[in-house]
Amino acid sequence: MSTRIDATFARLKAENRPALVTYFMGGDPDYATSLSIMRALPRSGSDIIELGMPFSDPMADGPAIQMAGMRALKGGQTLAKTLQLARDFRAEDDTTPIVMMGYYNPIYIYGVDRFLVDAKASGIDGLIVVDLPREMDAELCIPAVKAGLNFIRLATPTTDEKRLPAVLENTSGFVYYVSMTGITGSAIADTSKVNAAVTRIKGHTALPVCVGFGVKTAEQARLIGKAADGVVVGTAIINAIANVLTPDGTPTADPAEAVATLVSGLAEGVRRARAA
Amino acid sequence: MRNEANSVNQTLPPNSFRTGPDEQGMFGMFGGRFVAETLMPLILELEEEWKRAKADPAFQAELAHLNAHYTGRPSPMYFAERLTAHLGGAKIYFKRDELNHTGSHKINNCLGQILLAKRMGKTRIIAETGAGQHGVASATVSARFGFPCEVYMGATDVQRQAPNVFRMKLLGAKVHPVTAGHGTLKDAMNEALRDWVTNVDDTYYLIGTAAGPHPYPELVRTFQSVIGAEAREQMLALEGRLPDMIIAAVGGGSNAIGLFHPFLDDKEVRIVGVEAGGKGLDGEEHCASLTAGSPGVLHGNRTYLLQDGDGQIKEGHSISAGLDYPGIGPEHSWLKDTGRVEYVPIMDSEALDAFQLLTKLEGIIPALEPSHALAEVIKRAPKMRKDEIIVMNLCGRGDKDIFTVGKILGVEL
Repeated sequence: MSTRIDATFARLKAENRPALVTYFMGGDPDYATSLSIMRALPRSGSDIIELGMPFSDPMADGPAIQMAGMRALKGGQTLAKTLQLARDFRAEDDTTPIVMMGYYNPIYIYGVDRFLVDAKASGIDGLIVVDLPREMDAELCIPAVKAGLNFIRLATPTTDEKRLPAVLENTSGFVYYVSMTGITGSAIADTSKVNAAVTRIKGHTALPVCVGFGVKTAEQARLIGKAADGVVVGTAIINAIANVLTPDGTPTADPAEAVATLVSGLAEGVRRARAA
Repeated sequence: MRNEANSVNQTLPPNSFRTGPDEQGMFGMFGGRFVAETLMPLILELEEEWKRAKADPAFQAELAHLNAHYTGRPSPMYFAERLTAHLGGAKIYFKRDELNHTGSHKINNCLGQILLAKRMGKTRIIAETGAGQHGVASATVSARFGFPCEVYMGATDVQRQAPNVFRMKLLGAKVHPVTAGHGTLKDAMNEALRDWVTNVDDTYYLIGTAAGPHPYPELVRTFQSVIGAEAREQMLALEGRLPDMIIAAVGGGSNAIGLFHPFLDDKEVRIVGVEAGGKGLDGEEHCASLTAGSPGVLHGNRTYLLQDGDGQIKEGHSISAGLDYPGIGPEHSWLKDTGRVEYVPIMDSEALDAFQLLTKLEGIIPALEPSHALAEVIKRAPKMRKDEIIVMNLCGRGDKDIFTVGKILGVEL
């Protein structure tokens, strides 16, 4: 099985550069605006899209992504609408990989089997579900892989050598290395330490390894992109959106434009990562 | 899948209700380990240490010593003579865990877990709290064992449980008010988990109720089961037999599972858990997750939750901060589905009436949490025979609640 994710990494390998993976929250601050943000991502240089599924209790996320989720839910976003967002996006773009990222409960309530069918039909390529570790693979991971979706697992600084092979088992698409112990949006750890961890993980898998949590600037993206196959940026994008919203969520400028400006800079960063 | 699990459980009751959880931390379909990868190695480490501690006589002896000489266990089994006469039915006994050091059952769990933290070489304690009883108990054991302690507490609860906030501060703990959501226990738990995922190396998360990822539900239950084990012995000594009914309030469910667990295989004992019905189950303002919720995944376990059709967790409401949680320990979910325990809601107003009745008839000011259990006792006892016996877990004292109650009764304190 080869997905859009596999095809993207194969292409980038030929270009000798890391992927820019961008996260945004589906439905933040409203459906139409978030669709325009999603469309702006590949246009401004994002290679892979992480589509956030809002959840009322995002226990691995920092304040920025918590607030984004609250704005989306307040705007009436549901899992069904997040799938719809992907379908609307796919009408214009059939190549950029989409990975849905979030927490398990909304999927569980939607119904795992029904969700996998609808996700596949909506052009979703992979899933990242924060609160489903290896030990809970029977819940969603194994059914997702059977349904032809990549199940992308997080590896963290606490995932030691003994545990790593188990974490990598059933992982496909790429491995998401969490740069630190902490929540999204914290300050990034020493990039040389992160790069050493990436090298360690690559010793155990042929899958691409992307690094996220704490990457905010083009320079950080460049440094992380030296070793990593992809750099994930989330909170910085959410902040770019929040910066042009009034406290009640009304845009004061075009959020898609604000995101495009940020992502273009980040895209330049990853393109310089492997330059001599 | 949910219905299948239910029907299988209902047609084939297990041989014993006391063997769970399984190796994966499941009670039937409930429980589990739904946590971020960062926390997974910590939870596995805790499980290993817990297995060793359980089998270590020195650990058991130290805990027993602390229970006896620090907490004041065993807690009395008190025959509520005037309440019994007033209601005119079953004999009512109170298991008086409100007399424990720190004023509630929470200390039972905290002493056990602080010994685990010490064994694991952790140097910092974090906890979440609703009513502040668990926060106070955590701050207490942290002071006793020389650990720095930080407590996450919803901003709403900080307001309505001010005396406990001050107690925690006196005990040297740092209290973090959490403003996310409605600022109640659920939000405090989210924030404690965020702290834990950030400070994995040195921090022990002292969960206050029999919920969260495996092995917490099991270990909290074990530490709280001292309540039920004592109650069983005391009833045999006082009455020469087991009670006909045992009743406890359920928020997260730790005092209830502590009372219930030793009785689960005593088929003649009816078991009733009392949820916070808030302002009524028709609206949104209640915390009756078992009566009015559905199974879902939150805070590391699958259990009954108050949630909407999109799987978003609702904010509950209860007059009692300790019951103000939209979930419930996973073992209670399983006990509900197997039919072994009956769960019923009690409204704010009924709990308030019970609070006042007990104060006047027995000279005991109960916390608002067990006032819910008491309200159910008041409903049931008159319908039972005079030779029948009810044991209720009086799991906390009401000193902390006098301001809340005063406000509702229109008394300026």
